[in-house]
Amino acid sequence: MNLEVDGRRVFAYTAAHELDAAKPTVVFLHGAGLDHSWFGLQSRYFGYHGRNVLALDFPGHGRSDGPPLPTVGAMAGWVCGVLKTVKVGKATIVGHSMGSLVALEFAAQHPGEAERIALIAPGYPMKVAPAFLEAARKNETAAFDMQNIWGHSFEVALGANPNPGMWMYGDTLARLERLAPGVLYNDLKACNDYGAGLESAAKVKCPVLFIVGRRDMMTPPKAAQALSEKIAQAKTVEVAPSGHSLMAEAPDATLDALIAFIS
Amino acid sequence: MPIYQTTSYVFRDTEHAASLFNMERAGHVYSRISNPTVAVLEERMAALEGGVGAIATASGQAALHLAIATLMGSGGHVVASTALYGGSHNLLAYTLKRFGIDTTFVTPRDLDGWRRAVRPQTRLLFGETLGNPGLDVLDIPAVSKIAHEAKVPLLVDATFTTPILMKPFELGADLLYHSATKFLGGHGVAIAGVLVDSGRFDWEASGKFETLTAPYAGFHGMDFEEESGTRAFLLRARREGLRDFGACMAPMTAFQILQGIETLHLRMPRHVDNARKVVAFLSRHAAVQKVIYPELPDHPDHELAKKLLPHGCGAVFSFEIKGGIGDARRAGRRFIESLRVFSHLANVGDAKSLVIHPASTTHYRMSDEDLRRAGITAGTVRLSIGLEDPQDLTDDLERALRVSQK
Repeated sequence: MNLEVDGRRVFAYTAAHELDAAKPTVVFLHGAGLDHSWFGLQSRYFGYHGRNVLALDFPGHGRSDGPPLPTVGAMAGWVCGVLKTVKVGKATIVGHSMGSLVALEFAAQHPGEAERIALIAPGYPMKVAPAFLEAARKNETAAFDMQNIWGHSFEVALGANPNPGMWMYGDTLARLERLAPGVLYNDLKACNDYGAGLESAAKVKCPVLFIVGRRDMMTPPKAAQALSEKIAQAKTVEVAPSGHSLMAEAPDATLDALIAFIS
Repeated sequence: MPIYQTTSYVFRDTEHAASLFNMERAGHVYSRISNPTVAVLEERMAALEGGVGAIATASGQAALHLAIATLMGSGGHVVASTALYGGSHNLLAYTLKRFGIDTTFVTPRDLDGWRRAVRPQTRLLFGETLGNPGLDVLDIPAVSKIAHEAKVPLLVDATFTTPILMKPFELGADLLYHSATKFLGGHGVAIAGVLVDSGRFDWEASGKFETLTAPYAGFHGMDFEEESGTRAFLLRARREGLRDFGACMAPMTAFQILQGIETLHLRMPRHVDNARKVVAFLSRHAAVQKVIYPELPDHPDHELAKKLLPHGCGAVFSFEIKGGIGDARRAGRRFIESLRVFSHLANVGDAKSLVIHPASTTHYRMSDEDLRRAGITAGTVRLSIGLEDPQDLTDDLERALRVSQK
């Protein structure tokens, strides 16, 4: 569905369902340079299993108007604005990578509106390699390659995509190539600059699930420890065969972890 | 690579089954839609071509049909090169017309012709990377620019070039397919096709592709572009095209093609080296009127070939034999019948060298004038150069050419 937030078009995937005030809501927040369809299988599942689904395109991504938002805090505030627009008072927030920082910040800033949060491939501090950041700043294709290589486990290069017939590297590359210049840099810089992680984690009152990929090269499992230690009620699920792109690399294990947490 | 010689896959429970059917989980349901062995071939072909994914099909023709049927229905229009494989020409000129899909054919190097042929109903531009029968080189950068100005994709048949000699997506093509029967397999034992999507064409922004951007009643109102973005075309092609038309690839065939592509990077340079030696031999031969190969300076696309095909122009080409003491049709027949190393059959892209004389086989009933309109002559001979010792090939050709002139 298309919404208008702050005078700009915002796209939210709803799994072909109208929002129903009687149903609980799950919001999906994608990672740097990506869009709502990164959660294709998982968001569709919840849309067909009794939940309102809002898989959002951040401003400047997918079908949402730009420009992109420059900080994690601004993105969290924007999510709040989206929920107000659709009159959803409380929601479960599922965020991947950059989206996990936004989910964390949202839960800290708006504790009454976060029912629970699931942080997929989180890390703090989420420092970005200077070479990666610089390549993205220059809009060089090397930045796409770095995101592709570090964003998947080594095993992805060997094939056997769980999604039949698809090539994971090619799909990620095609998505990144569709971005307007500067969007990937904006997102990476927002991750790199985010400095409120520990303070925000300490403020979180709702249940929290960490889903980490054992073979994640961008945000390895140990990168989530600083955050999880600050959250008493946090649980962690480690997905053995996956790298950073858990929804694509291990879609069923990721979905099962979400079902167990949300249902 | 295991061969999953099975039609279907045991579900864990009813919830799992429902999730697979509703695309909430990844996996296989029925081998007409997907199969683990076939999926490996699809993924490897996507990787070789630099696409987002692929769909393996029962043949190259099935891949072409799947692409067109996914993009348009009755009322749709295709602009296609005149330099096409006969089967593709038949599909476009006669069969699809019967289903309401019209095609305008244009000479591939006539760029204004491509532009002029585009109509409001046009949904696809289509050509072969190296066209039949004259090896016309498709100017993919220029034709894709015309396609994109018209907000439609460019589809290319990349069978003759393979990803070893050309990467069409890097030149601007949006979709491509192969008759995998040919060089990809390389051994002439399996009929197969594969359709690859670059994922770069923005169907939503185009606004011309309702099949991908409007709710589809045949799959619970799914809007494929909204659902999957870069994967929209392949998702519809698989979930509708394979489901309903059913021209899928068998797992054993996928295994055979996989064996072929493991050595493709070694075979293609050898094919090209051998072809160059045979072209050089024929170009000097007294019984040969003309050799048609883009690496020769007299080919109309010689300069374009140098730019787009620096690793070679493939191994399938034609030459025109002189009549000798009779006419060229007779000389062609005598030439074919005198060959010992070349196999006389209707295929190309095999490890073994192949030959056919159109005027006595595929175009047997045509007059010399009709042959000319089809771009060939009574003396045209098509060769597909294999991997044999090139000396054996030129010795065989020498003997047969000598006989042809008597």
